[in-house]
Amino acid sequence: MEIIIGILLVFMIIGSIISLETKDLLSAIIAIVPVGYFCGIIYLFLGAPDIAITQMVVEVLSLIILIRATIRRDLTTIEEERDFFGLITTFAFIFVFFIFSMEALRYLPPFGTPSFTLNNNSPSNRYLMNGLKETGAANIVSAIILDYRGYDTLGEATILFTSILGALAILRIYARKRSKNE
Amino acid sequence: MIYYLCFVIFLIGLYGVCCKKNIVKIILGLWIMEYSVNLFLILLGYRKNGIAPILRRGDNIAEFSQKAVDPLPQALVLTSIVIGLGVLALMVTVAIRLYQRYGTFDITEMRKLKG
Amino acid sequence: MQGKGVKMNEEKGMSLIVKTVTRWLKGFIFLFGAYIVVYGHLSPGGGFPGGVVFAATFILITLAFGREYALRKIGKILASELDSLGALLFLLIALLGIYYGGTFFLNFIEKNHPTGNFNLFSAGIIPLCQISIGMKVGASLFMIFIILSVVRVVFVDGKGKLITTEKKDKK
Repeated sequence: MEIIIGILLVFMIIGSIISLETKDLLSAIIAIVPVGYFCGIIYLFLGAPDIAITQMVVEVLSLIILIRATIRRDLTTIEEERDFFGLITTFAFIFVFFIFSMEALRYLPPFGTPSFTLNNNSPSNRYLMNGLKETGAANIVSAIILDYRGYDTLGEATILFTSILGALAILRIYARKRSKNE
Repeated sequence: MIYYLCFVIFLIGLYGVCCKKNIVKIILGLWIMEYSVNLFLILLGYRKNGIAPILRRGDNIAEFSQKAVDPLPQALVLTSIVIGLGVLALMVTVAIRLYQRYGTFDITEMRKLKG
Repeated sequence: MQGKGVKMNEEKGMSLIVKTVTRWLKGFIFLFGAYIVVYGHLSPGGGFPGGVVFAATFILITLAFGREYALRKIGKILASELDSLGALLFLLIALLGIYYGGTFFLNFIEKNHPTGNFNLFSAGIIPLCQISIGMKVGASLFMIFIILSVVRVVFVDGKGKLITTEKKDKK
């Protein structure tokens, strides 16, 4: 199981490097799709079917939105000059970050024994044992997002509303007002 | 070991945000970072040979709670993925507006053309 | 081909094969989205992925038939009203918890129903909340796609004066 997840993660790394390095914008957007697709398959192996459904469908919609932004222009290839100083600085920072993260990730419980199995009073145990009795739902994840933690879902719905509102406000057609003044 | 690979994906996204000059590549770098963070949260809750936290008819609840994976990070990541899509739409509209204003996707050009 | 009363405009949208397949499949995709939303408390899914599948149905219709046909079926105003209606319905169900029991978001519908636990009509307010969230997410994502596709290209020259307001090819 770990080997399969490791192989899929290596594919995701290769896909994301290709997506960021290629010169053609259309290839970059298409190369991001297998990254999300393998992510969805990993979710299936990790025992999270709702997340896998969500990831696959969001992947398709994100491809449509990204292509909508770039493909109706005639500018699809770019040339970049390398900015060496910024590149060296970023790589040095990323290297230092990685060294510190190796120290921090050592303190996590090993992969396969999550922290809620070590403690009998953790909230996940309570949700699993009493979920059906207290809420009546068989899907414990739905019971959590709509009964135990319903207030968080209200906040998430508000965030979605606000982001769509912001996008609409930015893309309003303002030309009508200008031409009235001239 | 798997945590390190997931963190490498996050660092690749970070490189994309910091070093690239095209707005679309910066957006792709942010999107890669979102993938890696959601994946990391689900990786934290995996139990060895675990089953999904969905009850079936006639299941023993005590046995189920010994075998199921952690449902709490899944509940948080579920909404996080859909909100990431909303934020992506917002970023893409900003990129479209910038292209209309300056005629290019290159961020170094946008610093030169003022007004 | 005009039997359904739909004028098939050959210039807009995509080719004939895509239009025919979309006409057959759009009902099934919509049904699949409704299934994911309504059975959210019994099988994997729920409001959020179901809402995204709803949006995918309408986006498929928009891509295959052209923008004007899709806007005739579901206008911008209807999508925005469905969005707000979903959010308000969710808030209303949460506030009804205060009226019935005293706390916000109380699950006030009877939970241990005599028909049993693993049926469609169980789990209190959870299916109603799923439906309202599915409506909200679907309408939001469809609206953002429509807005992205109707934006007009406006060209401004160096001094900030408008050159044209029509969609034009770049020189």
